[in-house]
Amino acid sequence: MNLSLALNIPTAADQVWSVGELSVAVKALLEGQFPPIWVRGEVVQCKVWSSGHWYFTLRDRRSQVKCCMFRLNASRAGKPPEDGTEVFVLAKPGLYEDKGEFQLIVSRMLPTSAVGQKQQELERVKALLHRDGLFDPARKRAIPGYACTVALVTSPDGAALKDVVTVTRKRWPCARILLVGARVQGEGAVEELVRALRLVNRIPGVDLCIVGRGGGAREDLAAFNSEAVCRALAAVRVPTISAVGHEIDISLTDLVADLRAATPSAAAEMAVADRRDALRLVDDLSVRLASGLTGRTRLAAARLARSADRLHAAVDGVLSSRRNLAERLAAQLDALSPLRVLGRGFAVPMDASGRVLKQRADFIRDESFRLRVADGDVRARVE
Amino acid sequence: MRKAEPSSTPPLADELARLEEIVRKLEADDTELDAALVLFEEGVARLRAARERLVAAELKVQAVLEEAGGDIRLTDLDA
Repeated sequence: MNLSLALNIPTAADQVWSVGELSVAVKALLEGQFPPIWVRGEVVQCKVWSSGHWYFTLRDRRSQVKCCMFRLNASRAGKPPEDGTEVFVLAKPGLYEDKGEFQLIVSRMLPTSAVGQKQQELERVKALLHRDGLFDPARKRAIPGYACTVALVTSPDGAALKDVVTVTRKRWPCARILLVGARVQGEGAVEELVRALRLVNRIPGVDLCIVGRGGGAREDLAAFNSEAVCRALAAVRVPTISAVGHEIDISLTDLVADLRAATPSAAAEMAVADRRDALRLVDDLSVRLASGLTGRTRLAAARLARSADRLHAAVDGVLSSRRNLAERLAAQLDALSPLRVLGRGFAVPMDASGRVLKQRADFIRDESFRLRVADGDVRARVE
Repeated sequence: MRKAEPSSTPPLADELARLEEIVRKLEADDTELDAALVLFEEGVARLRAARERLVAAELKVQAVLEEAGGDIRLTDLDA
C-alpha cells in the first residue's frame, strides 16, 4: 500500500508543480489551441491606460472574459467603446500569468452596428456596379501571353511590391515592373488608388495592370470595395488583375478585374510567363525552322527532278510527233516524185542542157538527147 | 530620372508570333525555295534575338511619378 496515499501528502516520487510552472504550461496549452478568432460580446469597463493600452471586459449573458488591446491596435480602433457597446473582436485567447487570469489579446475591434452599415454599403455598391455591367463576364479580357511591362498599383511600402518583384524576377526577368504608388488603406486610400489607376492609362507601353495589397484585416480592404476604385479599375485600358491579399474575402475589385488572384504573388504568376517555358518554345521553333528549310530544300530538289523528267518526256513527245509527220510527208513526196512515174515505165527526154523535150518540134533530126529512165540516163538520137 | 517612353524593341509576344508564322510558312508545301531561304534567314536572326533577350535580361523595377505639370517620370527602384 502506498503510504503517501494513505496520508494524502506528496512524496518525493510525486511531481510537484510551482504556480509559475503551471501557469506557463496552461498558457502554452491554451495558446497552442487557438489561432486568432472573432468573438462577439458587449464591452464593459473599458479603461485606457497611460501607455495607450486598453483593458476591458467582454461579456454576454452567460460569461465574461478580460481583454487587453495593445496601444498600436487600440489606436486603429478609434474611440474607446462605451459600456454596453456590442462589438466583434479579433482575439487570441491566452493566460495572464501574473494573475493566473484567462484573457483575450485583442487585435481588432468593430462595433457590430458599423459592420451592419458596412455590409449594407457594400451591397449597395455591388448592386450599382452589377447594374452597370462591370461584373459582366463578356467584358473580361485575356491576360497577354508575354507581358513585358506590368504596372503595379499598390503601396510603395507594402509587402505586395516585394512579393510581385520576387516572383517576377524568378519567372520572367525580362519584364519591367512600373510601381504606381498609392495608399491602400486608411484615409485617402480611395482617392490615391483612383488617381493611380487613371495614371496607368497614361503610361506608354503597359501590357497589364495589377492592383492590390498584401494581407490585411477585413476593414483594411475597404478601399477595394469602393465604387470609385472599381469604376477606375474598369476604365483601365489594359487587362487587369486584382490581388487583394485576403484568401477568405472577395473584394469588389476582384469582381471587376479581368482576373482575380488570391495574393500579389499569385497575381505575378498569372501576369508573367515562365522564362523556362519561353526558352523551350524558342528551342522548339529553332528545330522546326531548321527542319522546315530542310523539308523545303528536299521538296525543291524533288520538284526539280520531276520537272526534268517531264521536260524529257515533253521533248520526246515533240520529237516523236515530228518524226511521224516527217515520215508522212516523205511518203506523200514519194508518191508525187517523177521518179516514181518513171518507175512505172515512163521515160523523160531531155536535151543536153537538161530541158525536157515535150513536143515534136523539140526533137531535131540527128540531134542527140537523153532519156531519163527510172535507174538513170540513156543516150539517144532523133532519126 | 527619365521621361516615360515606349520601348523601341517590339513586344516579345509579337516576335514569337512572327517566328511561329515563319515556321508555319516554311512547313507549308507551297513556299518557293528562294522565299523559304529568306524566311529562314529572318527566322534565325529573330530566334537569336529572342534568346538573347530572354537570357540576358534583368528585372527592371521603376516608380512612376506624375509631375506637377502632368508629365510622367520614371525612377529606378532598388527593389
